[in-house]
Amino acid sequence: MLGLLGPNGAGKTTAVRILTTLLRPDAGSARVAGLDVERDAAELRSRIGLAGQYAAVDENLTGAENLEMVGRLYHLPKGEPRRRAAELLEHFGLGDAADRLVRTYSGGMRRRLDLAAALVARPPVLFLDEPTTGLDPRSRIDLWETIEGRVAEGTTVLLTTQYLDEADRLADRIAVIDRGSLIAEGSSDQLKDQVGGERLDVTLEEQASAEAAITALEPIAADHPAVRDGGISVPVRQRKGTIADAVRRLDEAGIGVDDVALNRPTLDDVFLTLTGRAAEAAEEEASR
Amino acid sequence: MTHLRESLSDTLVLARRSVLRIPRAPDLLLSFTVQPIMFVLLFVYVFGGAISTPGYSYVDFLIPGIIVQTMSFGGFVTALGLAEDLKKGLVDRFRSLPMSRAAVLSGRTLADIVTNTVSLAMMIVVGLIAGFSFATSAPEILGGVLLALLFGYAFSWVFAFVGLSASSPEASQSFGFIIIFPLTFVSSAFVPVDSMPAALQAFAEVNPFTVTVDALRALFLGAPAGNSIWGAVAWSIAIAALFAYLSVRRYKRAISS
Repeated sequence: MLGLLGPNGAGKTTAVRILTTLLRPDAGSARVAGLDVERDAAELRSRIGLAGQYAAVDENLTGAENLEMVGRLYHLPKGEPRRRAAELLEHFGLGDAADRLVRTYSGGMRRRLDLAAALVARPPVLFLDEPTTGLDPRSRIDLWETIEGRVAEGTTVLLTTQYLDEADRLADRIAVIDRGSLIAEGSSDQLKDQVGGERLDVTLEEQASAEAAITALEPIAADHPAVRDGGISVPVRQRKGTIADAVRRLDEAGIGVDDVALNRPTLDDVFLTLTGRAAEAAEEEASR
Repeated sequence: MTHLRESLSDTLVLARRSVLRIPRAPDLLLSFTVQPIMFVLLFVYVFGGAISTPGYSYVDFLIPGIIVQTMSFGGFVTALGLAEDLKKGLVDRFRSLPMSRAAVLSGRTLADIVTNTVSLAMMIVVGLIAGFSFATSAPEILGGVLLALLFGYAFSWVFAFVGLSASSPEASQSFGFIIIFPLTFVSSAFVPVDSMPAALQAFAEVNPFTVTVDALRALFLGAPAGNSIWGAVAWSIAIAALFAYLSVRRYKRAISS
């Protein structure tokens, strides 16, 4: 699974649209499953599945009718669309809701149905364009588990997301894009190393004690600590015991502390490190 | 051959989808059952007394006109449906499937024939109750019914283009009204054309609505047909062909946003 990570407007959806033949590239070429997205578009469409940002299912049909319709449009052999629909609904925990109109489904159920629709023809390549945007945390985790199941069965997946934790959990490889170009690629660990991994943010009672705090925490720092507004930020190697250790060292040095927190790198940090700009600023730029 | 068979099968799958939703969205059902009845009753009983239609009672004069108007509006379901499909990302899904590029449109326009048939039956029944009577025999009446449905089908393609071009489902509906309302009124549908000012008369005489209404009056009432019947068929085919071409071209580039 490849995760395509970037802020809104970075070009993730455009990339997916080109790769799924919805949009013609202005220049250059792309191949999916060995097929050219322009020359072999018709052939390619039978090998891919697409689940988009919004659940692209018909609200006035039942779950079963939606999947059967998609099966027929893939020209599956007679009888197969119905059989496959029943199988997928069961698999996605929608068996009981199979004959209910989709407009009565919750957001999470719609997304699962949308994902099921993308899998009707057992495509070897699956495109998931921000599949969990707008979902509640519980539904998100459910959907992640389903996607992981697909990957375990051997499906190639291209996932786009704005969330680092999502790419982190699901993708083997992550490509970070910004303003339409690739700015970094690698495994989640490789990317995090570039950003600097976990860090300890210490908020000090008095900014003046920053120097002393840095000296006190030097032994547990993985890299050079930095002074930030209201305190210091210290890159650390591990989570376990770090906070207790840090508090003890600061206490021994007699430095007053308001707050100590361990933070994982966020998309913002990846962005800041890779581009020198905050992701939010990139988003604003892109929407202009 | 396979290609043709697949296109046909895709069209039927999508037409079925559109038909299935009709009884499930009762508000839509109102617009092609109650609305035509309302129009028949309003025109017959409100305007009927004030409009003079030499040679015919107003209800006889009106029914062919109101049928043509209602058929031309039937396609708004297509415009609305396509605009919604675009908005909700369904067009993206369909375009990523190995299916015919025209089927989403031909499926919807085909389904419109079903709803138009329902409307047409309602109007004829209400018309008969209000005093309308056919003056011709069964083959001509059947011909008139088919012509009315053909004309409606042609306008479904106009609406398909409108639905794909509008920025929202709401906009697609008002676009439809702006285009079609004047066309239906500046025609022989509700008043004799010779009661209009000269400039409007010139337009009304070549208006496809006039040609089709005249053809329907010939087929239902035995009015002099002139070239109107073949003229109406030609207009319908030309409108359908032009807008099918334009719509499919637009659909191929359509992107949900």
